Parts: sequence; structure tokens; C-alpha cells
Amino acid sequence: MPSGPDFEIVEAREASRHFGRRRALARVNLRCRTGEIVGLFGPNGAGKSTLLGLFSTLLRPSSGEVRFGDRPAAALGDGVRRQIGLLGHDLFLYADLTAWENLEFFGRLYGSSGAALAQSIDAALTAARLQDRANDRVAGFSRGLRQRLALERALLHRPRLVLLDEPFTGLDDEAAAALAARLRALRDTGAIVVMATHDFESADQLVDRAVCLSEGRAREIPDGGGTLRERYRQSLREPSS
Amino acid sequence: MTSVLRAAWLIARKDLRVEARNREIAYTTLFFAMACVLVFAFAFVVEGQPLADAAAGILWVAVTFSGTLALGRAFERERQSETLRALLLAPVERAAVYLGKLFSLLVLMIGVETITVPVIGVLFGAPLWRAPWLLASLVAAGTIGFAGVGTLFAAMLVRAQSRDVLLPVLLYPIVVPVIIAGVRGTAAIFAAEPDFAVAQSWLAMLIFFDAVFVTLALWVFGPVMSE
Repeated sequence: MPSGPDFEIVEAREASRHFGRRRALARVNLRCRTGEIVGLFGPNGAGKSTLLGLFSTLLRPSSGEVRFGDRPAAALGDGVRRQIGLLGHDLFLYADLTAWENLEFFGRLYGSSGAALAQSIDAALTAARLQDRANDRVAGFSRGLRQRLALERALLHRPRLVLLDEPFTGLDDEAAAALAARLRALRDTGAIVVMATHDFESADQLVDRAVCLSEGRAREIPDGGGTLRERYRQSLREPSS
Repeated sequence: MTSVLRAAWLIARKDLRVEARNREIAYTTLFFAMACVLVFAFAFVVEGQPLADAAAGILWVAVTFSGTLALGRAFERERQSETLRALLLAPVERAAVYLGKLFSLLVLMIGVETITVPVIGVLFGAPLWRAPWLLASLVAAGTIGFAGVGTLFAAMLVRAQSRDVLLPVLLYPIVVPVIIAGVRGTAAIFAAEPDFAVAQSWLAMLIFFDAVFVTLALWVFGPVMSE
């Protein structure tokens, strides 16, 4: 597949985002590097999805900036989106198309075609363990099957930056373990993985760095003793700086 | 330019494939257009004689109302799984998304019109074969103008809670010139003493409207959809 402008760091610098009067993010600083999985945690409405929206370029910061490598997002044009894969809380799949047709549509939209695309789709369906459902309409899939297919849709074009919003939703234990293994493999191949989740148990052994978002502000959850959930709760109790 | 057209074609083909599967928009818009035509036929055809210019007016009422229905449903599909965001996230110019949606809507609307217009011809005794190419050009140009503006507005309103109410409220004032030009041009063809020069002048106005508003829509679609 054609590749867009590459980068090794994605960074929010003093990024704020308002929706009307409501402040979703307030002067957030977060730097994510190639080869790491960053977990975003926080209560509902804390700004996790908004931050993923800023990194995906679907949203623009009200102030501050998002940078890919040493360049601001605005300077990179449409091509930077070729390096971004987003799995949203909504799954971005067409229910009336089959699994194959969904992957084919998005693969072509990202510039792939012919035998290379067919190979990528086969590999994606294998990774999602959906080979035998390739020609079934997505409307007939359970939430877990859709989630697995949506993940492969987001990864089909081999993005540098992988953004995941609640990726463990609807997955059984086996599928959750497969997803964790998939994310580790992505990290090992140099992807930047940013994941918003409430699933502390699944994320505990997975993330390299954890960030707590609360009332639009971000702070690192320090490494150390205790489970990720305990450290997160401790982080929430600490006063904002 | 090639990449924009290629992406637009992919999006349009996807829309038409989805429509071919469930035929939801085709059936509902066709049913709605036919219901309009039949109701007006009962009202405006007395003892086999239609009121003057009724056929032209009803043709454009059917095009406008059924088109509004198609616009709403086409973008409702993209809203259900937030697939519009996936389209906006793709590494293609946003204009390609607009063009793709516009093209698929045009195919659907023109498909409905190919059935609705002959029915109007039969029920209202309209002389469809008097100037078939001029009539087809008027209908096509009017449909492009309506769908060109409507696609932009429907995309803008896709996340608005009262989008079904807002779409006609915002759209109709802008497309009034299309409706007037369509009705007057068609009436000039259907009249007892047809005036093709007048019909051609209305067609020219429709083409001018299409050029201006489709260009404007291509220009503003990206910034409008960025937030």
C-alpha cells in the first residue's frame, strides 16, 4: 500500500478542545513514541475519545497543537491519515456489506488494489478468525465478531499510529488475549499504540505507559507497587497541578 | 484529480452496492413520489383534463420531496456505525467523499425519475415526446442542482438531533431557483403552444446554478466536515 509521511513521535502540546462552552481537554501534553503502547484511562467524559479524535486528525484542537514527528498535523495534509488507524467505539463497518467487502472497500480507499489487497484481506480475516464468515454480511455478526473485524479494518493499511477506543468491548477471553498479542506484535514492529479503555485487568500487563485523564487534564500514572487500577485510583485522588 | 475521482467512484459504488442489497431508499422514494403524483392526479385532473401547468409543478414536487427523503436516508446509513468518520479519516481529499455521495444519490434519484416522469405523462396527458432531450436535460440539471446542495446540507446535519426537520428548512430556500427553473422550463415544453427558447433559457440557468453550487460545495465540504 502507498505510505504517507512517516513519524516516530506523535505529540499533543498544550492541546485544548472545547465543544461550545464545554471544555473536553485543557492544555494536555502527551508524547507517544514508536514501539510503545500508551493506555488512556479516566472516568466517563474525561476527554479520552476527544484526545484520540485529535490524534486521528478528525478533530482540531481549539488551542495548542498536535504534532507528528517534528511537524504539526496541519502541515502534513491528507497523506498523514494513511499512517493512522482508528478503532472507534462505533466500529466503522457497513452492516449490509460482507466482511470481505468491508475490508476491500477500505483497502481500496487507502490505495491498495489487486493481488496485494486480496492477500492483505486474507491475512486480516485469518487474524480475526473470520475466514469462514468472509462472505457473510456484517449485520449478522455478534458484537465480538464485529469488534474483531473492525480492528482488522483499522490495521489493514499497516498504520504507524494505532488509536483504539475501548478495544476490549464485546470480546471473550480468548479474543481479548488474541487482541493483546496483536497489540504487542504491533508495538514490536514499531507502531505507536494509543488505547483508551476502562478494562484495567486486560490493560495491566499490556501498556508500557498509563495516562490518567480527568476533567480534561492529563497526568502520568506512575509505575510502582499495586495493580494498574489501584495506581489509577490513587492518581485520581491526587490534586490537579 | 484522478485520485479524487477514483475515491469518489469507490464511495459511490459502495453506496449503490448497499442499496442493491436492501433497496430501502429506492423503494421508499419511489413509493413517496408515486403517492404524490397519484394524490395530485385526483385533485388536478377533472374529467380527464388536467389544470394548466399542473404536470410540470407536480413533477418537480415529486422530485423535490422524494429527493429530500433520499438525502436523509443516505446519510442516516453513514451515521449508524459512524462510517462517515471512517470516510473522513481516509487519506483522500474530502471532496471525494462529497462527489461519491452525490453521484450515488444522482443515480438513485434519476432511477426514480425514469419511472415517475412517464407516470406523470400518462396521468396528466403531458407530451413527454414533444422535446424529449430538452425535458431530460431539464430534469437532469435540476436533479444535479438539488442533490448538489442537498448532499452538502445533509452531510453538515448528519450529527444534528433534529436533522430530519432542519434539512428541508435549510435546503428548500437555497434550491428555490432550481424548482422555479425546473417548473417554468418544463411548463414551457408541456404548454399547448410550446416555447422551446424559454425552456432552453431555464435550462441554461439550471446549468449555471449547478456549476456555481457544486463548485461551492466541493470547496466548503472539507472545512465543514473537519469538525
